[in-house]
Amino acid sequence: MQKACEPLHVSDVAPAIRWLRTSRTGHVSLLAGLVAAWLVLYRINESLWDAVLFGWLGLSPEERLSEALRFFLYDSIKIALLLSGIIFLVTVLRSYLSVERTRALLAGRREGIGNVLAGLLGVVTPFCSCSAVPAFIGFLAAGIPLGVTMSFLIASPMVNEVAIGLLFSLFGWRITLIYISSGLAIAILAGWVLGRLRLERWVESFVYETKLHGQAVDFSRGLSFEQRLQMGAEEVASILRQIWPYLLVGIGVGALIHGWVPTNFFATYAGPSNPFGVLVAVGIGVPLYSNAAGVMPMVQALYEKGLPMGTVLAFMMSVVALSVPELILLRRVLQPPLLAVFFSVTGLGIVLIGYLFNALLA
Amino acid sequence: MDIKILGSGCKKCITLQDHARKGAAELGLEPSLEAIHDPVAIAGYGVMRTPALVIDGQVVVSGRVPTADEVRSLLSKASKD
Repeated sequence: MQKACEPLHVSDVAPAIRWLRTSRTGHVSLLAGLVAAWLVLYRINESLWDAVLFGWLGLSPEERLSEALRFFLYDSIKIALLLSGIIFLVTVLRSYLSVERTRALLAGRREGIGNVLAGLLGVVTPFCSCSAVPAFIGFLAAGIPLGVTMSFLIASPMVNEVAIGLLFSLFGWRITLIYISSGLAIAILAGWVLGRLRLERWVESFVYETKLHGQAVDFSRGLSFEQRLQMGAEEVASILRQIWPYLLVGIGVGALIHGWVPTNFFATYAGPSNPFGVLVAVGIGVPLYSNAAGVMPMVQALYEKGLPMGTVLAFMMSVVALSVPELILLRRVLQPPLLAVFFSVTGLGIVLIGYLFNALLA
Repeated sequence: MDIKILGSGCKKCITLQDHARKGAAELGLEPSLEAIHDPVAIAGYGVMRTPALVIDGQVVVSGRVPTADEVRSLLSKASKD
């Protein structure tokens, strides 16, 4: 028996792990360690792959395949890092807000100001599409007008906080502001139009008959800071586990575009002067189902090859905000005519935004 | 005791259900455990964010997955009332 070479045993590190998991100083050290690792990885990501692919493996940077491979590896790590950081921060911050509080803020508001508030709250309220139907019923049952509820439901996926974070890291604040304001404008206007059209009769009748059992309890209060941090960590794990296939496909397509599509290809064939550019982008985007994170690598590659920003934003919004699974979900509470109006108004808004920004930014 | 797990059937709801089942077993309770997937029924509980844990008709957690320890203490509290 060679005692000196014995590997580190699980029981040797178990007390350290327990300390990290249970004590307060352990939590702080764990968090500090993770932040440091994040910063180092983000910093060395690019030079690391250059060294590995072009140095150690001796691939040529001129080769399309190796350049696409480099883009894929570099971008996968970069997007994964950005996503973890953004989701963690956003979840911790949003744990102070809740759908219950948003509903209380919206109750009794008139249309107009109600639509604006609903759009803004739709951006910041913690919410996932799986809760769209209970929230829809909860809002209407509390007497919030249909159009105001719609503003909330449109803004929530369209102006996605993860997309905000990614856009800011990749394109800077100007594009990010354009994205936020245009998404909000669509949500507010579409909700207002839907409210004006008096479409309440196309809501399934049981929605208005739903009685809420007692007072809704707001669980965002009374959580300890450590519980909120833990929620953040769990959310990162759960979202990454859920979206990694979309992410890899998105980055793969992005890498193909990056490697094989000639520079300025889109500027030539789908530039701002092409009247059908935005329409085609939305037409392709609606049947595609992904989330903001999955579509971002494609967005980045398309923009790099000369697709105008308005068209890029329209494509991204149509992928994120309009999808078949969402249609099926909302069918539970909305009858087909209202569903059709909801989809057309939102789709039309996205197309208009696309043309507007192509004209403004050209 | 009557336990209901409200949720769309996603991973989080299954985790919550496991916590509830284990916690009840550890406390020696024999509750009826039911998973509710119907969004309309979920809305009826006043819950707008899933997953949620309902004990004897009372919503005790919604919008997050509580730890196994937390679920156990919620169950033990409810069993004493």
